[in-house]
Amino acid sequence: MNFTELELLRATAKETIKLRLGEEPSDNYKYHVLVCGGTGCISIGCKNTLESLQESITKNNLQDQVKVVVTGCMGTCEMGPVITVFPEGYYYCRVQPEDADDIVSTHLMGGKIVERLCYHAADGSVQPRKNDMTFFKKQKRNALRNCGLINQTSIEEYIAMDGYKALAKALKQMTPQQVVDEVKKSGLRGRGGAGFPTGVKWQFVLDQQSDQKYIVCNGDEGDPGAFMDRSVLEDDPYSVIEAMTVGGYAVGASKGFAYIRLEYPRAIDHFNKALERSREIGLLGNNILGTDFCFDIEIRVGAGAFVCGEETALLASIEGRRGEPRPRPPFPAVSGLFNKPTIINNVESWASICPIIVNGAEWYASMGTEKSKGTKVFTLAGKITNTGLVEIPLGLTLREMVEDIGGGVPDGKAFKAAQTGGPSGGCIPAAYLDTPIDYENLAALGSIVGSGGMIIVDEGTCMVDLAKFYLGFTQDESCGKCTPCRIGTKRMLEILERITKGLGKEEDLDLLVELANSVKASALCGLGQTAPNPILSTLRYFRDEFEAHIKDKTCPAGVCKMPRKGLKS
Amino acid sequence: MGAECKCNCNQEGKLDALFAQYKGNPNGLIVVMAGIQEIHGYLPKDTLVQAAEALGVPLSDVYGVATFYAAFSLRPRGRHSVNLCLGTACYVKGAPEVQVMLEKEMGIKAGNTTEDRRFSLDLVRCLGACGIAPVMTVNGEVFPRMTAEKVSEVLAKYE
Amino acid sequence: MATVTLTIDNVKLEVEQGSTILDAAKKIGINIPTLCYMKEINVIGACRICVVEVQGARALQAACVTPVTEGMVVKTNSAVVRASRKMTLELIQSNHPQECNTCLRNNNCELQALSEAMGLKEVRFVRPAQSHKKDDIDNSSPSIVRDPRKCILCRRCVAVCEKVQGIKCISTINRGFETIVAPPFNQGLNDVNCAMCGQCTLVCPTGAITEVDDTGKVWRALDDSTKHVVVQTAPAVRVAIAEEFGMEPGTVSTGKLVAALRRLGFDSVMDTDFTADLTIIEEGNEFIKRVTEGGVLPMITSCSPGWIKYIEMYYPDLLAHLSTCKSPQQMFGALAKSFYAEKKGIDPATIYSVSIMPCTAKKFEAGRDELKDSGYQDVDVVLTTRELGRMLREIGVDWESLAEEEYDAPMGLSTGAAVIFGATGGVMEAAVRTVYEVLTKEAMPNINLTPVRGMEGIKEATLKVGDLDVKVAVAHTLGNARKLLDKIRAGEADYHFIEIMCCPGGCIGGGGQPIPTNLEVRLKRIAGIYKADEELPIRKSHENPAIKAVYEEFLVEPLGEKSHKLLHTHYVPRGVYRKPEGLPDRIPSEDHH
Repeated sequence: MNFTELELLRATAKETIKLRLGEEPSDNYKYHVLVCGGTGCISIGCKNTLESLQESITKNNLQDQVKVVVTGCMGTCEMGPVITVFPEGYYYCRVQPEDADDIVSTHLMGGKIVERLCYHAADGSVQPRKNDMTFFKKQKRNALRNCGLINQTSIEEYIAMDGYKALAKALKQMTPQQVVDEVKKSGLRGRGGAGFPTGVKWQFVLDQQSDQKYIVCNGDEGDPGAFMDRSVLEDDPYSVIEAMTVGGYAVGASKGFAYIRLEYPRAIDHFNKALERSREIGLLGNNILGTDFCFDIEIRVGAGAFVCGEETALLASIEGRRGEPRPRPPFPAVSGLFNKPTIINNVESWASICPIIVNGAEWYASMGTEKSKGTKVFTLAGKITNTGLVEIPLGLTLREMVEDIGGGVPDGKAFKAAQTGGPSGGCIPAAYLDTPIDYENLAALGSIVGSGGMIIVDEGTCMVDLAKFYLGFTQDESCGKCTPCRIGTKRMLEILERITKGLGKEEDLDLLVELANSVKASALCGLGQTAPNPILSTLRYFRDEFEAHIKDKTCPAGVCKMPRKGLKS
Repeated sequence: MGAECKCNCNQEGKLDALFAQYKGNPNGLIVVMAGIQEIHGYLPKDTLVQAAEALGVPLSDVYGVATFYAAFSLRPRGRHSVNLCLGTACYVKGAPEVQVMLEKEMGIKAGNTTEDRRFSLDLVRCLGACGIAPVMTVNGEVFPRMTAEKVSEVLAKYE
Repeated sequence: MATVTLTIDNVKLEVEQGSTILDAAKKIGINIPTLCYMKEINVIGACRICVVEVQGARALQAACVTPVTEGMVVKTNSAVVRASRKMTLELIQSNHPQECNTCLRNNNCELQALSEAMGLKEVRFVRPAQSHKKDDIDNSSPSIVRDPRKCILCRRCVAVCEKVQGIKCISTINRGFETIVAPPFNQGLNDVNCAMCGQCTLVCPTGAITEVDDTGKVWRALDDSTKHVVVQTAPAVRVAIAEEFGMEPGTVSTGKLVAALRRLGFDSVMDTDFTADLTIIEEGNEFIKRVTEGGVLPMITSCSPGWIKYIEMYYPDLLAHLSTCKSPQQMFGALAKSFYAEKKGIDPATIYSVSIMPCTAKKFEAGRDELKDSGYQDVDVVLTTRELGRMLREIGVDWESLAEEEYDAPMGLSTGAAVIFGATGGVMEAAVRTVYEVLTKEAMPNINLTPVRGMEGIKEATLKVGDLDVKVAVAHTLGNARKLLDKIRAGEADYHFIEIMCCPGGCIGGGGQPIPTNLEVRLKRIAGIYKADEELPIRKSHENPAIKAVYEEFLVEPLGEKSHKLLHTHYVPRGVYRKPEGLPDRIPSEDHH
């Protein structure tokens, strides 16, 4: 395939999705019914909903006017199964198989919406279209641009949505340095957690002289409570494949590896299919788009180790070894996979690349805050009405996230804290709800943006127990190589276990803080260095809860089982 | 369906092909081990010795890798693999109670296989399905919004 | 060489580019403490004891792995650094048995020394979980004990096994707090591809890997009045035993060693060096025979039991290259219960034969099934230099005031050629001194064969012996041995004679030697070995009158019938993880008995 053929394919493909873009289609379809096939909706039975819809459509002989498309996650997992009806973008929630006839007769034949299935906001108002919904209104979707809009593994639909424009532009009009410059100027920072400027990393690799360089996609998303990378890999695999190819061109690499965790079988499946399809039509392999540039990607499946999300551990794992981090320098940009210069970016970072190349760095940098440019995907979960997948321009306040997008805490309970950044992060209490979300502000509050997991907890959650949960996680996932993490996380967990059993002593808190600070300072890798954060952060804002457990032997949230009064240890 | 032989002896050829593909290449170790596990359902000792010899990796390293990654099992596993998610969202929404019930119903602690090899129970770290927490999977099938009450009903579906 | 300027603890200094912070700090007189670090062998930054503050870095950096950069500002002594090191140490101690007093490594333990230096006064964690139980101790091997409870996971043992010996029979197993260093499938060391060299015991900073302590057996024999207890001392022991008493490495203490052994109550103190000379006669003649009669070449030495086990495991197809000569220890053992017994009129059944070796693999060798040619187990028990040190300290030997004594006859007299068996290249040099003169019937012009001396991994030399250009090679460490063996396998080795010693530097660097044994110590011991050689009146094995006597009185002739029975042996193809197919059970196949 060459540049002309790509544009021809795009033109043809675009015709088939125009209706979804609000343009006049040239085909006969009046409606596109998009059924969410994300993992959440699948598990809740979207397949039955889909079958009923198709049956009903066939029964009413509408198959020539109504096109049913299974897409990736639309983002509102709590409301599944969800469907969107285009051209208007009406959004139906919790659609059961028995609702299919109603949708077909009332909406697709009668032209009227089925109000009972529409989203009802907390104030009782009906928000029938996607564009009406507060959940979507404040979002800006770049990395998730195609999720929930296109067939997950159709390269045609991807190309119709401006897919491979970035690669074509890079190969045709840009030098490798120009591509790197564009990424640099965009201000994009690594979306996996560390927030290192992506373009700077690319420049390091571009500057290296080497017979071989590698591109690696870190798809070992392991933070509990984060699932954006899974969604991107499942729902828009081409966005990652194209971006890795662009990266390969930018730094002079001909080989890429996508490391995807075993727990994501559908992501592996879709990514594999997308790789095959890309090779079939010549967008991977030799002489891509008729140029001299050659690039291909191999999948490596993780084997169940959280620490492999750390870049040097991930590289070790691709090399067939124990996923143990090693000290840096040398950084992977200098000596990475098989000791060759390597770009390693996470899935969401990759998914953010192509729009930057197509629309330009200024466009991307115009979103976000001064130091935190662009958009970031968050996964909202826990005690929140609208759990799901959200992409916002950085700088939105936590309150907008929780109350507007998230629809607030359910069951009339009070918001207690937002836990961000998973086991490497911390919690932000209600007093800071008006903080704009960006890298700097969250760090100042003792938390991190991290990979973007955001767990909302309410008054029924014990913060000591939550800290214990995270420590249990990191302790279990510690690779065991360095002393502070291997033994330190165990000892921190032991202290927390004692406290939550009502066996804590007053000096435990001092020891806990001393140990936490020491581990943070001295552990070998990011996992260990950030493992104490949940403790330090909960102690910062909820010290009284720790003290209640220790001094009064009570758990204010009523979660921890305390010894009966009079049975003091 | 025999419970006794899960090793798919006729797949030996597949294993040989895998060994041949990565002959002398230590980088293929995890891929090869994943292949062995796919064929045998676990990592039999003699197969790991073969892998060590074929790839030129010390057996101690093969064992080191096998015991590092949670996905690898050195013992035969149950016919049905039950994974309970203990990610944050699942945890705060009640996964610990589901765990207690699962362990009670199966009569084993998480990380083990029932004596009749009917179930293996594992705790996993975030399946990325936080929107429908707490989540459990059986042989990959996802069960959303689990509660302790639903446990026996779900397990009954698997013989 | 390009340099870098940096500041450490407010001192500005210039160091070579590529140096680590650890190297640089040494230049201003600061030894940053380390535990897992071993130069060039284990550079993994894992223990986090050597952390320092680097201005601008997010977290503390490990000095052992962090290269210096221009303008770098380092603090090695800040409050954060000190607190962190101490906490890391406290963490290690919280998972370490507090039984220093009864540990083999008491007073010679890096963890203990560090805790003392850092002023660690208490471990504050309450009932901390331990990652190991006492049941986890691995006593399976005749040579080496693993006590994983004491392991601090520095991985130095793994690194030395992998990078120096090229074996890696132990590795890191499991993950997180459950991580251990162990052989695959948690088997015992005896059941895996361990060469028993004991290099791991030398590098372990604690008592997690040690020699098997056989001192009790020796005490029991010495206490048993019905036993005639003989002892032999290996060449490398005499230049190292003094270190057990705080003396300088390489101090030649042959006479004191003899005296000390008498103080322990041995009935007869004789010398492995005697059978080293004997080995030269047998092996030299075997070599001449192979060269002149067209035997398997290159011929390879067979003194080093770790090396023998290695070739049996990894290159069983090359076993015919090995000299059939037993090691000097085993020749001594066989003669002690035959020649010596006969000469002294002692029932060999009552002889208890002890050897003092620099080596843990010798314990394994002594127990080999085929080494019972005297009709009894030829060597009953092997003590390492360290174990001997322990016994001598137990009875209060005062090394400095000990008067020198002479070895007992008839197996106590030896030559300089025998002493140099203790260093890499020494067996080759000793053999050449004899082979040259036997073949040419002329005195060798310069008997110092310097090209085969020293610490280089593989050394080669070509010697004119009469009309023959004899090409020899010398390797020490199994990693280097492997390179030569691969050449032989590939048919690219045109050597006649190869000497291989298992341990770095040869036996002076053996796994049973005093701790520390590092490069500096090895070099000093090697210097001691060559000094002892120079000082001996006779420096060629074939000139040893005691050797002449043993042939006249007992053995009759080199490679003769008695020699074959008592001094030569066969080898067992073992395979690495399983017995190799298609090879006979024993090689060489002709029975020497």
